[in-house]
Amino acid sequence: MSKLKVAFFDFACCEGCQLQVYNMEEEILDLLELIEPVEWREAMSDQSDDYDVAIIEGSITRIDDEKRIKAIRKNAKTLIALGSCATTGGVNKLKNNFEMQDVREYVYGKDANMPHLDTYPTKAVNEVVKVDYMVHGCPINVKEFSYIVRCLAIGKEPKIPNYPVCVECKMKENVCRFEYGEICLGPITRAGCDAKCPSSGMWCFGCRGLIDNPNVNAAKDVMAEYGKTIDDLRSKMLLFGSKQEY
Amino acid sequence: MAKTVKISVNHVTRVEGHGNIRLRASDGKIEHVEWQVPEAPRFFEAMVRGRSFEDIQTIVSRICGICSVTHSMAAIKGIEDAMGIEVSEQTEKLRILCHYGEQVESHILHVGYLVAPDLLGQKSVIPLVKSHTHVVKTIIRLHRLGNIWMEIIGGRMTHPITLKPGGFTVIPSEEKLLELKKAMEDAIPDAKILIEVILSLADKFPAFERDTEYIALNHPDYYTFYHGDIASTDTDEKVPIREFERVANEYISPQSTAKWCKWHRDSYAVGALARFNQNAEKLLPMAADTAKQFGLKKGACNPYLNNIAQVVECVQVIEHGLQLIDELLTTGLKPEPVKVEPKAGEGVGCVEAPRGILFHRYAFDKKGLCTKANICIPTGQNHANIQKDFEAFAPQIIDRDQDEIRLLLEMLVRSYDPCISCSTHFLNVEFV
Repeated sequence: MSKLKVAFFDFACCEGCQLQVYNMEEEILDLLELIEPVEWREAMSDQSDDYDVAIIEGSITRIDDEKRIKAIRKNAKTLIALGSCATTGGVNKLKNNFEMQDVREYVYGKDANMPHLDTYPTKAVNEVVKVDYMVHGCPINVKEFSYIVRCLAIGKEPKIPNYPVCVECKMKENVCRFEYGEICLGPITRAGCDAKCPSSGMWCFGCRGLIDNPNVNAAKDVMAEYGKTIDDLRSKMLLFGSKQEY
Repeated sequence: MAKTVKISVNHVTRVEGHGNIRLRASDGKIEHVEWQVPEAPRFFEAMVRGRSFEDIQTIVSRICGICSVTHSMAAIKGIEDAMGIEVSEQTEKLRILCHYGEQVESHILHVGYLVAPDLLGQKSVIPLVKSHTHVVKTIIRLHRLGNIWMEIIGGRMTHPITLKPGGFTVIPSEEKLLELKKAMEDAIPDAKILIEVILSLADKFPAFERDTEYIALNHPDYYTFYHGDIASTDTDEKVPIREFERVANEYISPQSTAKWCKWHRDSYAVGALARFNQNAEKLLPMAADTAKQFGLKKGACNPYLNNIAQVVECVQVIEHGLQLIDELLTTGLKPEPVKVEPKAGEGVGCVEAPRGILFHRYAFDKKGLCTKANICIPTGQNHANIQKDFEAFAPQIIDRDQDEIRLLLEMLVRSYDPCISCSTHFLNVEFV
């Protein structure tokens, strides 16, 4: 079996999801039996346009980046969005709550209009090109990443959870964060993280994005039951770029 | 021999973020040499406006995957300063411990995965898996130590969960701390292997020196990453962190989406070597011994030796980490529920990121919503120094083969362990 040629590319992000690939530690040695990284700027000096799978970390925030991601899409047979910045726009979408000129001036003052400081409202990768698979989360769950890549290497369709974080949280026997008077996005957020935040004493920030058909009515009931409003919920949802259509 | 040299490296590899190198020379004379930072700006300071103090560390942690604990802690300290929140001794010890895990993870990632290939003449760590299996596996084990460490205290290896203003959401159990202690003790022989390997390759670090100003946190009693004032090798003055703007003196360069900094000279350096040059006499015995093995002395001004200082610091934080665990276990860990009432105010948080001193400034209204933010990042503080190094080093090596010049300049950038995606978030706000 020939190895799958894989290239990593990063756009606006913290590169923490690529870091999770390093964090596979010894397991990465096994994965290297199945894949051959041909471009990975953070790890290697080699570069190549010849790849089967492009793994994209980060959001698209500039016209030049849009051109670059389109060229990558043309080269790649399969394109994977890696982590929240790529799958939903992530924290980068907080910028979209402001006017771009205001954002530029706030950060760069009188130099805001220098051409190299250009920016436009943050887009997730699938708002620009077709995305074949998404590895959700901020950061990604490295077990899920490894599973998806292994599936692709052996020609199997990966299965990504489409149920809420509450399911995993209950299995961990955590006390519900609403009982602490907090607002938790667990009821509408896609599971697959092992309810990492609620299990460490925090509410769910919704970094894995919404499940396909969130039970909006149930979420509203929960909010009402604990004396919270939908606006409170929406404000929390802004943090990782969740859509605001419900 | 007369020759023309043109080097144009787009997106230097094996660094975090995007940086370019430009060099043009003819007849052995440098016409142009430039370090550029074209990273996509992300505007964090603008984005946090209007968000609750409870969300700030979660957002700004995402400035950088490699130093997410550092950013979280700088934000939390800034929030606590703004709202007058005192934390317990247990909280401070656990925070410092958690932060040490990140130092190990980041330094090992840098020295082991990103720099070692240069020393061994390879383009990445991947060929080393076959040619130097034993070394790679040692590096992996040390790297994993850093990650287990952050996971046990911070709840996750990247983007910590448990750190919050006022204290911790949950604290580790005694069993978990003992597990960490064992992992740290087991790592000491691995650290010794790494030291041997780097010692055997020490002649691969170019012998380039340029005297510069080194800036780091300073505490009179210990080698600090968390407490203390800002100190420089150019002056005896110690500047309180609340006045960091008069140290950083940020300015915008057309070369960069990150701001540049200078204090007493045209540029200054931060990072492991700066901390070493500021605090070396306070290293614990094993770390001091490591520095001695490498012949690293206070006043070192070869930027490539930053990598050696990183190895010394790995030993230092393991050594001090073991002490902290013993102290915590002796006192006994107790849960400390945290309830913070928001208050209007402004404050500064400062910690040493693996790659240098980091400042966060915030202001909040009485509901605890963020009204202003200013973040000054280590790599931003190093950019001007990298440029000055280029200007001094390029003429010394211009007679060499073009590929070699290119490699030496790339290695110079890498030696700073730049975290470029971090460095592109700066702000021009006047705080009064």
